[in-house]
Amino acid sequence: MLEIRNISKSYGKLKVLESVDMTFNDSGIYSILGPNGSGKTTLIKTILGMVIPDKGEIFFDGIKINWTYNYRSKISYLPQIANFPDNLTGRELISMIKDIRNSNLNEEYLINLFDLKNHLDKNMKHLSGGTKQKLNVVLALMFDTPIIILDEPTAGLDPVALISFKKLIKELKKRGKIIILTTHIINLVEEITDKIIFLLEGNIYFKGNIRELLEKTEENNLEEAIAKILKENGNV
Amino acid sequence: MNLCKYIKLFVLLILFSQLQSKTLTVGQNQMFSDLKTAVKIAVDYDTIIVFSGYYKLNKLNINKPLTILGKNNPILDATNKSELIVINSDSVTLKGFTLQNIPNNFTEDWAAIRLNKSRYCLIEDNHIYNSFFGIYLNRSLNCMIKHNKIIGKAKKEFDAGNAIHLWYSDNALIENNYAGKHRDGIYLEFTKNSRIVFNTSENNLRYGLHFMFCDNNVYKKNIFRFNGAGVAVMFSKNVNMHSNVFSDNIGSSSYGLLLKDIVDSKITKNIIKNNTIGIHADGASRCFIKNNEFSKNGWAIRILGSSVNDTIFENNFFSNSFDISTNSTFNKNYYINNYWSKYTGYDLDKDGIGDIPYRPVKLFSYITANSKESLILLRSFFVTLIEFAESISPIFTPQNLIDNYPLMNPVKCWK
Amino acid sequence: MFKVFKYSLFDQTRSKWIYLYTLFFFLVSYAMLYLNNDLMSGLTNLLNISLLICPLVSIIFGTMYFYNSREFTDLLLAQPIKRTTILLGQYFGLSSSLSLAYLLGNLIPFILYGVIVSDIFISFIMLLIAVVSLTFIFSGFAIMISLITDNRIKGFGFSIFLWLFMTFIYDGIFLLTLFLFSDYPMEIFSISVTMLNPVDLARILIMLKLDITSMLGYTGAVFNKFFGSETGIMISSITLIFWLFMPVILSMKIGKRKDF
Repeated sequence: MLEIRNISKSYGKLKVLESVDMTFNDSGIYSILGPNGSGKTTLIKTILGMVIPDKGEIFFDGIKINWTYNYRSKISYLPQIANFPDNLTGRELISMIKDIRNSNLNEEYLINLFDLKNHLDKNMKHLSGGTKQKLNVVLALMFDTPIIILDEPTAGLDPVALISFKKLIKELKKRGKIIILTTHIINLVEEITDKIIFLLEGNIYFKGNIRELLEKTEENNLEEAIAKILKENGNV
Repeated sequence: MNLCKYIKLFVLLILFSQLQSKTLTVGQNQMFSDLKTAVKIAVDYDTIIVFSGYYKLNKLNINKPLTILGKNNPILDATNKSELIVINSDSVTLKGFTLQNIPNNFTEDWAAIRLNKSRYCLIEDNHIYNSFFGIYLNRSLNCMIKHNKIIGKAKKEFDAGNAIHLWYSDNALIENNYAGKHRDGIYLEFTKNSRIVFNTSENNLRYGLHFMFCDNNVYKKNIFRFNGAGVAVMFSKNVNMHSNVFSDNIGSSSYGLLLKDIVDSKITKNIIKNNTIGIHADGASRCFIKNNEFSKNGWAIRILGSSVNDTIFENNFFSNSFDISTNSTFNKNYYINNYWSKYTGYDLDKDGIGDIPYRPVKLFSYITANSKESLILLRSFFVTLIEFAESISPIFTPQNLIDNYPLMNPVKCWK
Repeated sequence: MFKVFKYSLFDQTRSKWIYLYTLFFFLVSYAMLYLNNDLMSGLTNLLNISLLICPLVSIIFGTMYFYNSREFTDLLLAQPIKRTTILLGQYFGLSSSLSLAYLLGNLIPFILYGVIVSDIFISFIMLLIAVVSLTFIFSGFAIMISLITDNRIKGFGFSIFLWLFMTFIYDGIFLLTLFLFSDYPMEIFSISVTMLNPVDLARILIMLKLDITSMLGYTGAVFNKFFGSETGIMISSITLIFWLFMPVILSMKIGKRKDF
């Protein structure tokens, strides 16, 4: 469904991605892991067209999508930082995004799930960071898209919201979606991930499921496996 | 005794009937068919009435005191061949005509109406069109020129004459005339003790009013506007200019009012508006400039170093690009109690007089004098800033050119 | 674009800064008119203040706005719309709200003082057009700067410098040049230099309707032709339109290639 071919990107002298190939065909949860600066966010943003790769191509359903934008109606994106225009209300933001997407989904379910009802008519500048992050999740996930990209989704969520969020993700997976996420929370990875993509200095170091990773690193749990990889590659 | 009285009365009556003048008429089915013959036949103090109609006429000399009246505006046409009426006698009245088509003649300065050494004449209610000079007074004292409308054909300054032209013609009254499209609207030279009132002079190529060597004259309630070079007054003393309008004279050497060597004169209650330079004072001394309104001029007053002991008192300066400019670093004139719309001071004691003095000369006017192109920076922030700096410590502008008691509100006295 | 513009405008018009901006000009206009009690003086004073404040507020407030809405822009960029659509929407949202604030703040006092029936009505309209254009131009600079650098401190530095340069330094150098070369004919040079700076250009446009014509003739033939006829207004207007487009087009060019 989504294929990345030979993508390279560097910022000045800093090489962020080096000839990365990647394919997302089956439904499931893909976790992109890696130390800071390994190119996780850049990879995601490249898929979304926010970062323009120096080289390489991206295909969606077999069609090249570099420099186009319509394919994004098939992708939901949850940005890392939730920051909205100060003087708009949650309700307005929701209708704005719906306007833009020309799509009319029932967001009520998500609003109830995250208990946002009472905050929807307040201006953004009056909302707490946590509430904003919940709204962020609502805005990202209220559409029925085959691909969902989540950049550090759990940052700023309180435990109750986190539980709801995990529940939601599992449900989405059940509905056959491709979910790509980046995170630092190992627990989350262990709990929900089907496949791990480990990025290191712009290259794919490992691709596979948790079991395979443990085998490769000869460790007993994911946390230690990751620590070992980082240590071996001089990243700690 | 009674008889004696009656005899006296009788004698008087006889004398009166002798004095009584005749009336001659000119026109279709009248006593005369042309004016020239009527003038020839008429004796002193006769009245000639010309009935309405179109009369071709060559130069007509009037050598005796006559009253010549046009009835219903008869037209006298010189058909571009000669001058028209030449008056060589005292006490001639010419009233109610339309005079037209007098060609240019530079050696004789042809005019529609010329007066040569004629005293006590009245030129009234005439329309003069398409004439080289309009009304030309040559050494003619004590004359009145009233209610005439004089519209010329001037296209270039060098081949145009003046609408009303006085040369050594003292004690004149020029009232309620309209002068336009000539070289100068009203021109006076060596003409003293005259009154020029209620005239309108506009669209003339050079000056609306132009005089030289004309002492003791009064100019009151005239309108001078849209003239090529505005108004120029020179080499005269004791001039009184009161309640006139000087406006819309725009151009490189164009002035609302140009004063050149004018001494002991009063310029009061005039409105001086929309001129490139409102008043240009060169050698204007001991003049009293009071209660005038200067508005929207490029330079309200440009006063050269040659002007001394002038008093600029209780005038209103509204929205001029420059209020005062000068070429001198010393000031020898008095500026007091004027209203300056650019004044930004305050009046804490509420006496109507600003508590901090006002400096009407701006640095930028000094700059533009040195580099004309810099005018394009007028009202730019940079200029405002350096002007502010200059106003705090004057270097280029005269330090003592200052209104120490500027008014907080405009003077209200000429409406 | 209209959708982004609409919500951007919603956001802006509820901002307390915009209200403050409106109030500022309301008070300034009102005070000028009250103190001078003369529309013409009020207008010239407003001209001076507007040429200073409006570019400053547009560029500083604009840069602030674009940096602050960066994360939201990211969110919008992930939506199925074109980049330029988002950027243009935001740009018009900002410049329109600033312009509305300016217009509202000044129109009320001037109308109360009878500008509509006065002889300076055209000058007043010219002032509004010129200042609104400046607002759009400097908002354009703001978005351009925010796209050029992600470093906010650098961005603000650029903004302030650009404002300072256009309102102050440029004219200083200009005047100095005129003095240095005062022996040469500088009229065409002067007009060209004026056209190259939008602040000067806006000022000249207003002055053409306001009072520079009364100074005509003092200067040379080229100025006379430029200021005395419709040529001046034509050339200035065309150049102003060019300036209106320039920062936006550049911004879009930069924005298209930018990595967010």
